[in-house]
Amino acid sequence: MTDSRLRISDNGGVTLVEFVDRNILDEANIQAINEEITAVIEQASVPKILISFSNVDHLSSAALGALITINNKIREKSGALHLANIDPQIYEVFVITRLNKLFNIHETTGEAQTAFAS
Amino acid sequence: MSDPQTHIKGATAIDLVFDRSKVNALIDRVLALAESHAFGSSALFAMRLAIEEAITNAFEHGHAGLDPATPIHVEYAVTQDAVEIAIEDQGTGFTPSSLPDPTLLENLSKPSGRGVMLMRAYMSDVHFNEQGNRVKLRYARNAHAN
Repeated sequence: MTDSRLRISDNGGVTLVEFVDRNILDEANIQAINEEITAVIEQASVPKILISFSNVDHLSSAALGALITINNKIREKSGALHLANIDPQIYEVFVITRLNKLFNIHETTGEAQTAFAS
Repeated sequence: MSDPQTHIKGATAIDLVFDRSKVNALIDRVLALAESHAFGSSALFAMRLAIEEAITNAFEHGHAGLDPATPIHVEYAVTQDAVEIAIEDQGTGFTPSSLPDPTLLENLSKPSGRGVMLMRAYMSDVHFNEQGNRVKLRYARNAHAN
């Protein structure tokens, strides 16, 4: 995909997803991101996905909604989703919405990788 | 426009169609004005999030079923004390108090329904008009740390 909004790589059986954009706000982009990650989930028998927010400055409730949809799809296949490298201001959005209780959130991708192994 | 709770004195007004580049340009303009009045990074983060949510709600929910070319009406004013922005759609409106609490356990896995609560969390004041098709967001400098 030439216009992908994501960088996707495999790291020891865990799919690492990183965002190209600093702002995850645009409805069209969010839908494209959702579809791209959904394709990864569908291809895996038991999806293990790590999403890094290292490049992200802003996200909207629509982006949170896409993450929830992705999480639901991964759970349907008994897989695991971990999130990492979330900026403190964005982490506060997860806390305010209590989505920090729904998602497995780690400070670094290294910590998240370890969590997949446990 | 005469609703006192959602009126903005001395506002700049613009009609905005659903065009991402125009939406971004408007938000950037408001935030640049806020920055020029020495509002800090936390304030700018809060404003961008809340304005984004309000505009998204106006087009996505307010204008559901309407011609996609239907514009929303936006007014904004930035002073030393506060940043105010009002967003009005041409839909029939809604009742904000009827929204379910998205933080309840049974709603956590639902992908939508967080926009209004984020506006309330990040702005000093959020008021809807009686019809529920116009919202005024206010970020007051003295109500926050910066």
